[in-house]
Amino acid sequence: MTTTTTPAAIPASRSRYGSMQHDRVWALRWSYFFLILFVIFFLTPPIYMLITSLKTSNEISSLTNPWWVFNPTLENYIELTTSPQFQTFFINSAMVSVFVVTTTMLIAVPAAFALSRMKFLGSATLATGVFLTYLIPETLLFIPLFKMMAVFNELTGIQLINKWWVNLILYPTLTVPFCTWIMIGYFASIPKELDEAAIIDGATWMQTLTRIFIPVALPGLIAATIFAFTVSWAQFLYPLAFTTSTDQLVLPVGIITTLIKGDIFNWGQIMTGALLGALPPLVIYAFLMDYYIAGLTAGATKG
Amino acid sequence: MADVAARSDALSSEQRRAPSRLRAFLHRKSTIAFLMTLPLIVLIAVLVIYPAFYALHLATLNKRMTQFVGVKNFTFLFTRETFWMVVQQSCIFALTAVFFKAVIGFIVAHLVHNVPNDKQRKWRGMLLIPWVIPPAMSTLAWLWLFDPSHSAFNWLLAHIGIDPVPWIGNANWARFSVILVNVWIGSPFFMIMYLAALKSVPDQLYEAAKIDGATWWQTMRYVTLPMMRNIIAITALFSTIVTFANFDIVRVLTRGDPLDKTHVFATWAFRVGIEGGDIPLGAAVSLFMVPILTVAAIFILRDINRRGNEA
Amino acid sequence: MADVSIRKVVKKYDEVLAVRGIDLDIKDHEFVVLVGPSGCGKTTTLRMIAGLEDITDGEILIGPDVVNDVPPKDRDIAMVFQNYALYPHMTVHENMSFGLRLKKFPKAEINARVDEAARILDISELLDRKPKQLSGGQRQRVAMGRAIVRNPKVFLFDEPLSNLDAKLRVQMRIEIKKVHQKVRTTTVYVTHDQVEAMTLADRVVVMSNGIIEQVGTPSELYHNPRTRFVAGFIGSPAMNFVPCRLEANGQSLALRLNNDIVLPVPPARAQRYLPHANNGKLELGIRPEHLTEAKTQPEAGVAPLEARLDVTEPMGMETFVYFDLAGAPACGRVSPNAGARDGAKLPMAVDLNNMHLIDSATGRVL
Repeated sequence: MTTTTTPAAIPASRSRYGSMQHDRVWALRWSYFFLILFVIFFLTPPIYMLITSLKTSNEISSLTNPWWVFNPTLENYIELTTSPQFQTFFINSAMVSVFVVTTTMLIAVPAAFALSRMKFLGSATLATGVFLTYLIPETLLFIPLFKMMAVFNELTGIQLINKWWVNLILYPTLTVPFCTWIMIGYFASIPKELDEAAIIDGATWMQTLTRIFIPVALPGLIAATIFAFTVSWAQFLYPLAFTTSTDQLVLPVGIITTLIKGDIFNWGQIMTGALLGALPPLVIYAFLMDYYIAGLTAGATKG
Repeated sequence: MADVAARSDALSSEQRRAPSRLRAFLHRKSTIAFLMTLPLIVLIAVLVIYPAFYALHLATLNKRMTQFVGVKNFTFLFTRETFWMVVQQSCIFALTAVFFKAVIGFIVAHLVHNVPNDKQRKWRGMLLIPWVIPPAMSTLAWLWLFDPSHSAFNWLLAHIGIDPVPWIGNANWARFSVILVNVWIGSPFFMIMYLAALKSVPDQLYEAAKIDGATWWQTMRYVTLPMMRNIIAITALFSTIVTFANFDIVRVLTRGDPLDKTHVFATWAFRVGIEGGDIPLGAAVSLFMVPILTVAAIFILRDINRRGNEA
Repeated sequence: MADVSIRKVVKKYDEVLAVRGIDLDIKDHEFVVLVGPSGCGKTTTLRMIAGLEDITDGEILIGPDVVNDVPPKDRDIAMVFQNYALYPHMTVHENMSFGLRLKKFPKAEINARVDEAARILDISELLDRKPKQLSGGQRQRVAMGRAIVRNPKVFLFDEPLSNLDAKLRVQMRIEIKKVHQKVRTTTVYVTHDQVEAMTLADRVVVMSNGIIEQVGTPSELYHNPRTRFVAGFIGSPAMNFVPCRLEANGQSLALRLNNDIVLPVPPARAQRYLPHANNGKLELGIRPEHLTEAKTQPEAGVAPLEARLDVTEPMGMETFVYFDLAGAPACGRVSPNAGARDGAKLPMAVDLNNMHLIDSATGRVL
């Protein structure tokens, strides 16, 4: 530490024990200590899900140490994965998610391109409007939508309620606004001269989009796709409200409504089901974590 | 260029006829742009904006939806004690949960930021998991953790001599549990946002502060927090809206019980409207979210515009 | 190859007039440089030729055709951007061939053209690389290659060298000139750097504030500027301007700079300036190379001047001296062993044979 200080500007600092390097090491140790505490907090539920899923019903009801598996078994997994009902849930969820992701990107990408690049009357208002609709919660819309579906059924005879494909119509309202917003951000970061070079090279707007923007903004596309998939997979309210027959349910709703039969809770199976239900997003997260996070942060930071 | 075969790339003037009016119209930038945004506009108009207004209309009908009853549904709600409980619970849950999510997110973000860069990824990865798991699924896990007969937490508490806690059975504990699960699921989001914001503060500012002799708290107050102000505001507002309108957690954990003491707007609207078969009343309940959401949206918009101007 | 004509072109953005009515005729094979300070309208003009901006009023012709409503891809032009604008996800070869691929040219011809252009620009080994693996100069050459491959009627350059460091800039200037010698396509080149303009152009167009100040060869602009703006813009270090009055003594004229300094006007100029003898708002324009150290022998038209130097800049080959001349800051150029030192007095000479007289009110060079 220097012994002379310029007057007035710097408040007198008391001398510290040890060097700065020493302080940094201790700061790091404390950081790790607290980080471990938080990790325990955040990871306890999923780990507990795993532990429970490996237990037999007997072991669970015998009230032994809940945090340890004495007789691990895979019977829960086998039962569920071979159960046609569970398989139906899984397939319904998968189909819905894949369709919704595709529809979402087909709507969001051209819209984002038009809104960010092709300045036309009202494009700025529309872009903000898109963002705002994301703020209108599903919990406000599900009741009128329910009625609308019933009315639609009366008018056209096409049944929408209690059919799994109703989700194909509803989910995009949750995914499209945000995905459009994400893509607008990514497209906006592409230098404008690239468009102009493409125009001079003779590209039409569609060609510019497909041959230049989409390849260059690929990370954004992946992030948006992951976001759309995750939201679709985890959806609970809409399918709960709109589908009731067992064979029309998607996974989250299926697990909760069918595995909790009356008063008998088969927790081993429930936890297994929950874990399996959480698996696809977790797998994607594990392999594509950076894109996942990019999708998350894209909206807010570019907002 | 003499070496390469010459070829006329562009149309000569005789060949370039004026394109037909329709073709020209279709190729105009504004037409193409409009067509590209059309699906988006249709989707939002039909499935978001229209239902929102339709809800207003529905709320003015009687239970069988055969006659117009004006504001009777709303006034009816005002007389019900449950309604006021729902209002109170929704607001308290939202504000408390957002507050704790922000604080925890802030602290954890700093902790991760302190770790050397190459190790951060690992920690970040683990800490974000609550956000990745579908909320309905993870709430199930909490439900199991809180189970009256088998609670793993109570098992641990028993070992240190504390009586079992009625996590879901007792009204106040149930409220606590709902907030806890909410905070568990939502903190990682705040952490990730704040971490990104922390990283965007230039190192030189911290160095300048150090040279100027700032203490840890002063640095926080005069350098870190001001630079993060925008992210803090936007994330908090976003989260308030999402938390306020949350359905999954309460539905799975308590279904609103005990005695409706954990109901929020979303779950109560579901109970009344779908399970109770009274669609107009359900619509009326969910409409009460609108004023609060609008206020939050206005703040968000203002913030975005201000940030846009600052940038 | 074609000529380009710009007739009374105006460009208006909302309420702002970026280009206020310019006329210019560019001949086939010519290398024309539009130069001027930021905001003078040169880039806007270039972009109107390219078709990237609409033309508010007036006409632009490429060859015999009016191209006002013709989209860029049908104008048969190619452009080199300031930031290169290379497609980051494509290789050099794909970047250069993109336009041709869009037009569905046969593969053999595409490859032939790309190879030829790569040969001219000496980038043949880089064809399989991506832009991020290239240096600034290499990227610039790829951008030029993309333009050459199209075999257009006109090349348009938008400040292509601004992003390069000084040394690279000099090198690339020479490259561009060599390419033009080989390929001979009509070229319109925009820059704010008058050195680039002077070294590259067949003709230079000086613009300011949306109008053309003067068009001419580099030599014409240097020696015979027609406005104060052009006189001060071209040449580095810039021309010196000193307010003065013309005094007439019978047939001879003199320039009075202040109470102490009076300079005789060379007889050859007297005729031209006589009508302005009573004008009080005049400026003397004199380039630094004409403010030298005192001559050993008296010369016609050269007047002595005593200067107290403020700052000197020894450049090795010459020394620039900065001093006050009748209240105006002046720059002179003396030989390195003239004894110039900061703060010292130096006898100097003004070569009035190369003087310019400017009417301050109109900005015209008389």
